[in-house]
Amino acid sequence: MINLAWRDSRHNWGKLLITGCGLGLLVGVTVSMAGVYRGMVEDAEALIGGSGADLWVVEQHTLGPFAEASRIDDDLYRSLRQLPGVRRAVNGSFQTLLIQRPGRSLRVLVAGVELGVPGGLGQPPGLVAGRPLLRDRDELLADPGTGLQLGEVVPIRRKRFTVVGLTTRMVSPTGDPMLFVPFRDGQDLQFLPGNEAIARQRRRQARPAERQALTNAVLVQLEPSARPELVAAEIERWLGLTAYTRPAMKEAMVGKLIEASARQIGLFLVILTLVTTTMIGFIVFTLTQGKLREIAVLKLIGMPSRLIAWMIVQQAVALGLFAFVVGTSLATVMAPRFPRHVVLQRRDLIAAAAVALASSSLASLVGVKAALGVDPAEAIQ
Amino acid sequence: MTSSSPQQRPPPPAGIVVSGLHKTYGNGNSAVIALRDVQLRVEPGEVVGLVGPSGSGKSTLLKCLGAVLTPSGGQIELGGQVVFDGDHWLHPDLTRLRREQIGFIFQSPYLLPFLSVRDNVALLAMLLGRSNQEARAAADQLLADLDMAHRADAMPNRLSGGEQQRVAIARALVNRPPILLADEPTAPLDSPRAMAVMDLLERLAGQMGTSVIVVTHDEKILPRLQRIYAVRDGVVGEGRRERVRDAPLRFLSRRLRKT
Repeated sequence: MINLAWRDSRHNWGKLLITGCGLGLLVGVTVSMAGVYRGMVEDAEALIGGSGADLWVVEQHTLGPFAEASRIDDDLYRSLRQLPGVRRAVNGSFQTLLIQRPGRSLRVLVAGVELGVPGGLGQPPGLVAGRPLLRDRDELLADPGTGLQLGEVVPIRRKRFTVVGLTTRMVSPTGDPMLFVPFRDGQDLQFLPGNEAIARQRRRQARPAERQALTNAVLVQLEPSARPELVAAEIERWLGLTAYTRPAMKEAMVGKLIEASARQIGLFLVILTLVTTTMIGFIVFTLTQGKLREIAVLKLIGMPSRLIAWMIVQQAVALGLFAFVVGTSLATVMAPRFPRHVVLQRRDLIAAAAVALASSSLASLVGVKAALGVDPAEAIQ
Repeated sequence: MTSSSPQQRPPPPAGIVVSGLHKTYGNGNSAVIALRDVQLRVEPGEVVGLVGPSGSGKSTLLKCLGAVLTPSGGQIELGGQVVFDGDHWLHPDLTRLRREQIGFIFQSPYLLPFLSVRDNVALLAMLLGRSNQEARAAADQLLADLDMAHRADAMPNRLSGGEQQRVAIARALVNRPPILLADEPTAPLDSPRAMAVMDLLERLAGQMGTSVIVVTHDEKILPRLQRIYAVRDGVVGEGRRERVRDAPLRFLSRRLRKT
């Protein structure tokens, strides 16, 4: 038996190609949006997992340090080190600010970390170039996404930092590239008042302003035998702080910080799916309308309605799958060019194919209904 | 078409027999009687005409015979089988009935634009379960009979009107149906081509024993029809060719009075 859907599609290839490419753009946007969300989650996981911390200790009742402001004394790490099960505890400051690059401002997340080797507690997981922080002042490790080069001197507020190393990909939960500076510098950037503020305070209080001895969080590494939940509970009970385990921190970041973005992306996905379905339905309906006379003749000469319906369903599904191939190819090619990290996961692509299949099948019903409604008697005038 | 060539086909038991057929559209005061007590008989191998002015009921009769319109009453026998009796169809699957028993030729060829000439003809044979190879071989044979073998691979939009109509005829005949209903088959053609189509219909009807009804307004082809039924206001009457051609209204008036 001849495949009528294929023959008709081949005959109308120009129309279907343009339609398929148009739909492919929509599918591409849909897949890319899902990829952006996956990228945000992956970045958050990299940030949490890459720090080497088993617990994140922050100000009580806050979601700090990324989702909410958190301020605790910078000597609390000493108390934490005394707790059973704690192997190491180091301060960490985190602050989002703008740095000036030639011709533009760049938003970065500056992490103040204790000196150490890559992969250590609070450190970036690895370096792609340069060396770790060795001095406790004026050195900086940068994510390659910042565009900073080794040896470059970067002015940040009142300080000037030299780029000594480039990290593996490290970005904030909102996609801003990260800089790692010595903790003292991070503390200064965040808590040391500016010149004007110092002068103002001196005028009012007649005593010099001091750097406040604060940090945003303490990163805690546990003994292998310790249970993070129990240690976190101890910290919260005895020190009046909030301690997040890795899963809890992931939940705080993904569930709270990325939640709004995820909802927005989800809504976009629903809208784009509906638009895609509607467009396929409209195209199939238009194609069917253009063939009503032929369909009447086919019915009159004895072609079963199921074969005619099957032809329409096949065409719609083929259109949907073609759009899927175009869309995913486009998304794959364009992903590295996105300003955000885009992760195209196999399961998302499978889901997109299933949605394309389902929506095109659903859309074909419009054409099938139109075709089945054709009276074969219409072929006889 | 070696073992099933037209010459070897046994003649069908009967052609078309219609008795007491009537069709009414609507009901009550708005009822319109389209066909009244139609009596009609076409023998196998016979080519008869159905003539009459527009709106007389020709198309309604053709639709009833083609099993796409349900009559209000009467009986239809196709190929020796009663397919409609009283107020319902006796055949369980009218689509299949049309596929197996009836060939259709339209005023416009209505070929599928996305299939080649050969596949337009072969499609119907494939629907009957014949393999693609068999169906295409049958199509090639018919196209050769219609002097269209050289255009078998062409697409319909590359053919002239006459060529398209010949392909439509081949499509109607590929399953060698016992019944052939032709609705104004020569309308789009000039005289020589119209005569060629009639030659073809006569020849194929004779070879295959097909009962052919030709609905036509075309006076040129009236002499080529073996018998003629005239239709007016839903009344169908048989008349001699000459009488219908020369004075159709007088003939029909007399028939109407009888009714």
